[in-house]
Amino acid sequence: MPLDDRYQLAFKLYPYARSTDQDAAAPVRHPVVVLGGGPIGVATALDLGLQGIPVVLLDDHEGVGQGSRAICFAKRTLEIAHRYGCAQPMLDKGVVWNLGKVFHDDRQVYEFNLLPEEGHRFPAFINLQQPYFERFLVERVREAQTAGAPIDLRGKNRVDAVEVQDDHVILDITTPDGPYQITADWLIGCDGASSPLRKMMGLDFEGRVFEDNFLIADITMKADFPTERWFWFEPHFKSGDSALLHKQPDGVWRIDFQLGWDIDRKEELKEENIRRRLDAMLGPDVEYELVWTSIYTFQCRRMKKFRHGRVIFAGDAAHQVSPFGARGANSGIQDVDNLGWKLGLVLNEKAPESLLDTYDLERRYGADENILNSSRSTDFITPKSKISHVFRNAVLDLAEHHAFARPLVNSGRLSVPCVYDGLPLNTDDALADGPARTRPGAPCPDAPLRQGYLLDHLGGDFVLLGVGVDVPDTLEVEGLTVRCLSVPAEGEIKDRYLGDAPAAVYLIRPDQHVAARWPAYDEAMVRAALRRAIGKD
Amino acid sequence: MALNTAPNISDPDGFYAELLATHEGLSDDDSIALNARLILILANHIGDRTVLTEALAAASKGDKS
Repeated sequence: MPLDDRYQLAFKLYPYARSTDQDAAAPVRHPVVVLGGGPIGVATALDLGLQGIPVVLLDDHEGVGQGSRAICFAKRTLEIAHRYGCAQPMLDKGVVWNLGKVFHDDRQVYEFNLLPEEGHRFPAFINLQQPYFERFLVERVREAQTAGAPIDLRGKNRVDAVEVQDDHVILDITTPDGPYQITADWLIGCDGASSPLRKMMGLDFEGRVFEDNFLIADITMKADFPTERWFWFEPHFKSGDSALLHKQPDGVWRIDFQLGWDIDRKEELKEENIRRRLDAMLGPDVEYELVWTSIYTFQCRRMKKFRHGRVIFAGDAAHQVSPFGARGANSGIQDVDNLGWKLGLVLNEKAPESLLDTYDLERRYGADENILNSSRSTDFITPKSKISHVFRNAVLDLAEHHAFARPLVNSGRLSVPCVYDGLPLNTDDALADGPARTRPGAPCPDAPLRQGYLLDHLGGDFVLLGVGVDVPDTLEVEGLTVRCLSVPAEGEIKDRYLGDAPAAVYLIRPDQHVAARWPAYDEAMVRAALRRAIGKD
Repeated sequence: MALNTAPNISDPDGFYAELLATHEGLSDDDSIALNARLILILANHIGDRTVLTEALAAASKGDKS
């Protein structure tokens, strides 16, 4: 099979360059090989590379494909990107929005304000075209490489076969200069929803297919719509069964139309037909240019297991959701956040290999929560029976006048990170009066601290946080250095980490999730909780 | 007004999903009958005649179609 591009590039970010591996007499062995140079693959390479772990990334293209695709990036994603050192350009380029309006036919049913809580570095969401998100990640990789991070991005390197052994994987790679082989101790599959790796390994990918088609039209226009998310159920302009209008950077607007199941895809993608729908929506006087159009269908499904021995799957390759709620790319970045530190500890022989089974467990838990939420949104937006349509429209009719019906209106439940409740790395909550939002398993909420923010001080390593109580300056446990931080019990940190408790000690994982918390410092308990959090108990 | 029209259901998405799941696979006629039974059960639970009258009025006004 020739190595032709399957799609056009928005940005050429990792052009093909011959590797010395291609001239080696025997296949060169690497600790980690990442398959796929999309946002999840590049973030994985960045996470590991910043830890000093050599990582090779393979992609069959030389950069980012065209099309805005994932456009809503959640606060948690920005917090993770901040830990990697590339959130600022995303924030600078992105569009911040808070207000959403929901319409039924020609009436506004209600509006919601995301009302971001004060005292966080990042907003609840930014809108940003996916190619920019990927470019900022790769630019950070280049910067890290200059500073010595052992990351090797190889474009036009297509993996055609894998041979999975107990303690390594052999990869057959095709390049413009012909084939070569390498060996990986660990292979991370980030090769997207149609994952060739998953297929090569003959693995399952089961779930629900939703019988509907959505047309995306990205347009630029001079019209003066506000920076808000507008969603129509059964819009009066009849351009689809639902419609969505959302703003992106560069004066681009994302418009989605729900087309139904039995459509002629080729016909619908003709410019005159797309313009007919847009004209009906925008009115005759609005001038616009088409930037990108696409028709998509979707599934909600996941692999039964994300870890298969030395092969680990992340992002869309492992799980897929409908787009309502922006739970695709955002959950993939949370996969990376979860996997990075665990794989780092295993490779540095600080934790048993079984720690990686908790990646599987925790991220399947996250995937199930995302699939549940996005399936429910899809069922509301595209009712699949007459009675569900009747209930849906009853909710919309009532929501206009009665507050009780508004929480039932579901045009997407926006992505928030999951709490790993009841999973084995957590130590039982010992802070009786502590806030629920910071219970073991929860991602740490941000809060102002000194001239910056609390999250600036968390992550990367284990951190022992004393709130209103002093903890030692440093602590060595199981060969790991625990960073220690004592902060006063005041302001947002007090609200979010103490509640009614007078003081608290938190053990926080390298991915900024709470591992354990106590009302006072007890070294033996901290040691036990840390052993548990790295899978040694 | 005695009728509570403020949000009062915890886990609204879970409730809505359960409501639809109860109807899953039913014919339209069977769904209509199920709704009727459900209304009567809930009405009995509420009991208060003033509340029921206000609920009936609110539902009537909601009919835009």
